[in-house]
Amino acid sequence: MYDFQYHRPASVDDAIKTLNGTSDGKILSGGMTLLPTMKQRLASPSDLVDLAAIAALRGIKADAKTVRIGAMTVHYDVHASADVKKAIPALSVLAGGIGDPMVRHRGTIGGSIANSDPSADYPAAVIGLGATITTNKRDIAADSFFKGLFETALEPGEVITAVTFPIPKRAGYAKFRQPASRYAMVGVFVAETASGVRVGVTGAGPCAYRVKAMEDALAKNFSADAIKDIKVPSDGLNADIHGSAEYRAHLVNVMAQRAVAAAK
Amino acid sequence: MPQVSMTVNGKAASIAVEARTLLVEYLRDHMRLTGTHVGCDTTQCGACTVHIDGKAVKSCTILAVQCEGAKVTTIEGLAQGDKLHPMQESFKEHHGLQCGFCTPGMVMAGIDIRRRHPNASEETVRHELEGNICRCTGYHNIVKAIMHAKM
Ligand code: FES
Ligand code: FES
Repeated sequence: MYDFQYHRPASVDDAIKTLNGTSDGKILSGGMTLLPTMKQRLASPSDLVDLAAIAALRGIKADAKTVRIGAMTVHYDVHASADVKKAIPALSVLAGGIGDPMVRHRGTIGGSIANSDPSADYPAAVIGLGATITTNKRDIAADSFFKGLFETALEPGEVITAVTFPIPKRAGYAKFRQPASRYAMVGVFVAETASGVRVGVTGAGPCAYRVKAMEDALAKNFSADAIKDIKVPSDGLNADIHGSAEYRAHLVNVMAQRAVAAAK
Repeated sequence: MPQVSMTVNGKAASIAVEARTLLVEYLRDHMRLTGTHVGCDTTQCGACTVHIDGKAVKSCTILAVQCEGAKVTTIEGLAQGDKLHPMQESFKEHHGLQCGFCTPGMVMAGIDIRRRHPNASEETVRHELEGNICRCTGYHNIVKAIMHAKM
């Protein structure tokens, strides 16, 4: 790892000011992706602006319609939250299946979403529930947030402060884990929401995306059977030594069925 | 260089280190607490597991500066004099180690598992150990040791 200047601002405003004053600074949240990347020298930021001291970025608030999670809330806290378990049990399951316990004690929801790793779990829930991503500048709808491989709608000098999930009637998440890394080869988050059924897929494409054909079928009949014959196109899906694009396309269907079966 | 202060095993430490210094380097190279091991350096094996403010984390994947003001516990901080921690006692009792390389991480992770799941079943322990790798593959007795530790 190359050396850098470390900053620990106490407010979002200070964090942005500090970041804007650096030549090639990066925001540090949990560091579960950024630090390994820096160790491999795939990233060598001039500065790290650590958000850990900003208390306002942590915590979970639920009301009758939504669950709002501060960007610096760690996966373990989302998983263990009584509010999340009650309002959106599938989100608790998802958060409890990221990485391993030690990673869940450090990794944050904001970091995971901002990174838009093609195999990260959270993007499936953000898309599947139609969440709203709040930054220091604006609110961004899930459908216009993920732009591609490690690419999002975030602009330079923009930082996620919270993610708000609408509480669905029911939702389920199922993932097929890469057996060594535990990342999602494919993960599917299915939700029946006030604005219709949504199917969010991670792991299969360059970034999380929706499967319209499944959403339409599930809107008519919310059952695994309703989607079992839907073929997911493999064009543009990820392919690597762990699985071809066709294999991943097949997994999307299998995981979607399991997610529907698990929905509550 | 930033002056980084934290409490390690109950004692105050304050050392000037480069910002890029990992917690495990702070502990091993600067404090000579070499009980915490580095197996992979890539967040996979868990040999470097320590507790920060009571929670298990991988010390190879956190900067020392991020631990400013934190309470860190390493494997060296568990025993009270000659009296082993119940988790250490249980590893001894159930022969939960072979070469011993993964053991500090397994013990620290084991304590954290039992903190979160006081009556953890075998299935829970196996599942919760997914971030700790034993290259001697001695999982069977490690799981037993964690389950039966008299916490
Ligand atoms: S050395 Fe930290 S996880 Fe392997
Ligand atoms: S006892 Fe040898 S690595 Fe686990």
